[in-house]
Amino acid sequence: MMNKKELFGRGIKDGIPIALAYFAVSFTLGIAMRNAGINAIQGFFMSLLNNASAGEYAGISMIAIHASYLEIMMMTFIANARYLLMSFALSQKFHPQERIIHRMIVGFDLTDELFGLAINQEGYLKPFYYYGAMAITMPCWAIGTMLGILVGNVLPASIVQALSVALFGMFLAIIIPEAKKEKPVLLVVICAFVSSYLCTIIPGISALSEGTRTILLTIVLASLAAFFFPRKEVQQ
Amino acid sequence: MNTYIWIACILMALVSYCIRVLPLTIFRKEIKNEFIKSFLYYVPYVTLAVMTFPAIIHTTSSVWSGLFAFLVGIVLAWKGVSMFQTSIICCLVVYLVQLFL
Repeated sequence: MMNKKELFGRGIKDGIPIALAYFAVSFTLGIAMRNAGINAIQGFFMSLLNNASAGEYAGISMIAIHASYLEIMMMTFIANARYLLMSFALSQKFHPQERIIHRMIVGFDLTDELFGLAINQEGYLKPFYYYGAMAITMPCWAIGTMLGILVGNVLPASIVQALSVALFGMFLAIIIPEAKKEKPVLLVVICAFVSSYLCTIIPGISALSEGTRTILLTIVLASLAAFFFPRKEVQQ
Repeated sequence: MNTYIWIACILMALVSYCIRVLPLTIFRKEIKNEFIKSFLYYVPYVTLAVMTFPAIIHTTSSVWSGLFAFLVGIVLAWKGVSMFQTSIICCLVVYLVQLFL
């Protein structure tokens, strides 16, 4: 049995590659924040408190168009909805008698990557192992965002604009491999691209805000997909 | 504007935290419903797809550079190129196309 200190150290070690990736992703997130008029300190705290790439980007895109608070909250909810599933799954990984405070701290930084680390541990999740991973990845995520905003402010416009698509490139790298593997996902993704484009040109619908359209399309398309192509075994 | 961003930031954090912590602390049972499980499985792919297109072509000053980066990104990701490389090449595509347009 490892003690708390050893567990914490191992969490840091396992978290290092994730932290490096976070640094790169959050840097591009910072570029997007800068374009939306968010300053470095705000960006730092937004990343420190949210710990979500798609979720933060969704919020930023709403802030950029001065959306209402309700729209921002709904958009954040949709973009982060998958964490509900992960949180339910991770709940099973805790010792049934684990103190609630540990569940509350781990939940604060439940990300796709740390979820992956936690699930791969043998036996029950040791909170201090998770805290080690949090201790190395969270600062990288927040500082990377802040640097993205600061560097974005001094780079020439042409480069900032090129860097602005970096996040989209990452999103594609998440969606496309799954679409290649799972035919229903491919179909849903194609429908999403097409309908998302149509929604920007169809009179009436195009008058809705970008965020509202994203929320509506996500609910409609994901419901249709779940109805027509239910997943027999959802692997996490 | 500043107050608006801070409030938005705090609201986003609250929503994110509730999503992550409520199942861990309050409803500890596994989701059994097949529809809800499937729905939550599809949600991220749909949201990311909707947020990517057509937004990517409106981010760049010309539609063409964004569109080109979008297509290149899809091809690279399909071929299994890593996330980091896909992302960097998309940026390069935009930069180069804008240089020549």
